[in-house]
Amino acid sequence: MTELLVGTKKGLFVLRGDAGGQFEIAARAFAGEPVEFAIRDPRSRRYLASMTSGWYGPKVMLADDPAGEWREAEGVALPEGDDKALKRIWTIVPGEEDGLLYAGGDPGVLFESRDGGDTWALNQGLWGQPTRPDWSPGAGGLCLHSIATWPGDSSRLALAISAAGVWLSDDGGETWRRGNGGLVPRYVPEEAREGSTDLCVHNFHRAAKQPERLFMQFHGGVYRSDDAGETWTDIGTDSGLPSDFGFPMVVDPDDPDSAFVIPLIADLDRVTPDGRVRVYETRDAGVTWQAHGDGLPAENAYLTILRQAFDREGSGPELGLYFGATSGDVFGSGDAGSTWFTAATMLPPVYSVRVA
Amino acid sequence: MPVVRLRAPLSELAGGRREIELEGSTVAEVLRALEREHPDVEGWILDERGRIREHVNVFVNKDYGREETPVADGDRLHVLPAISGGEECDD
Repeated sequence: MTELLVGTKKGLFVLRGDAGGQFEIAARAFAGEPVEFAIRDPRSRRYLASMTSGWYGPKVMLADDPAGEWREAEGVALPEGDDKALKRIWTIVPGEEDGLLYAGGDPGVLFESRDGGDTWALNQGLWGQPTRPDWSPGAGGLCLHSIATWPGDSSRLALAISAAGVWLSDDGGETWRRGNGGLVPRYVPEEAREGSTDLCVHNFHRAAKQPERLFMQFHGGVYRSDDAGETWTDIGTDSGLPSDFGFPMVVDPDDPDSAFVIPLIADLDRVTPDGRVRVYETRDAGVTWQAHGDGLPAENAYLTILRQAFDREGSGPELGLYFGATSGDVFGSGDAGSTWFTAATMLPPVYSVRVA
Repeated sequence: MPVVRLRAPLSELAGGRREIELEGSTVAEVLRALEREHPDVEGWILDERGRIREHVNVFVNKDYGREETPVADGDRLHVLPAISGGEECDD
């Protein structure tokens, strides 16, 4: 039995089922409210969800049973007296110590919890970056959406902000430095690219078994880093992808040469190319990409798959893949992408998918 | 004269031209000249108040420009979609 946490424009849906068939809606929480993200912490088995009320602002909520009572976490707010307010929490990621969790949000902020999510504190090192006044937002805001921990080492962190690029820490988040070498922002004139820090990273993931390697989906570009995020190499050009624009990304934790992306046509046309839904896989670190579409809509399908709406369970040959679209459809694969099935339809627009 | 550089779809509205020499001593004046020469562009870069649209970036050479930014002969005005544009929650 697989459990999916599907954050949507109108609440959190908990789907349960087995690969190959329709999943059942086991619970719905935060009815009517946008739920950007939800995970189940594999250590505590606790559910955490980020919900942004259209009236009452962003909250991190906790529950032991998603069909039961949810309670609000404390400390998810910016300092009082500042002219900025927290707009949204984009991601929640377990850290590498017991009880440690990270949450990333808009405006480009990182929160840390050391008690499993009950209480949170703003990361001051990132908050106090002197260049912060110059950071530019993407369409979804100034969102900190990707946090890559280093397996077994809580001192090393990488995170990404749209559109303030990659930030790296070797001291558990006390201090931060940029990691943007090799990224090419094609959305600024060629003569303005050198030294530009308006870098619209869309997603990145670390290879668990080779943690100095990361894969990135950029705002026009797919990249790989082999030096822990210091520099990046283009792996999206002339490698078999129909487009190097997109948002979601998954890696197989057993295979450091693996990555999965779901390309969209371009920044001005954010739908699946050719009216077909396909997931692209590399198993050679981005030299080549192979399309997977068996079981996915193959004609008249112009779907948008958002940044956090793609996840996996397991690894290797048992790798399961799940993604949702703003059409309200959720698709899954129980065989590492070789074949696909429809897990759910007619949900509200899907913002995020995570395997519980 | 300054040169305006356009990408699709704006270049298509300008008769397929990606580079156009135009008169003007500020960004706004050059963009108004663009609208006069290619009326289909009207309303796409400047809004009804004459302001550059929120999700459009104009660079003068390699620097961000605003309506009042001075331009000189030979300057390049790049008009680009900003990454802040598009669908909310995408990007």
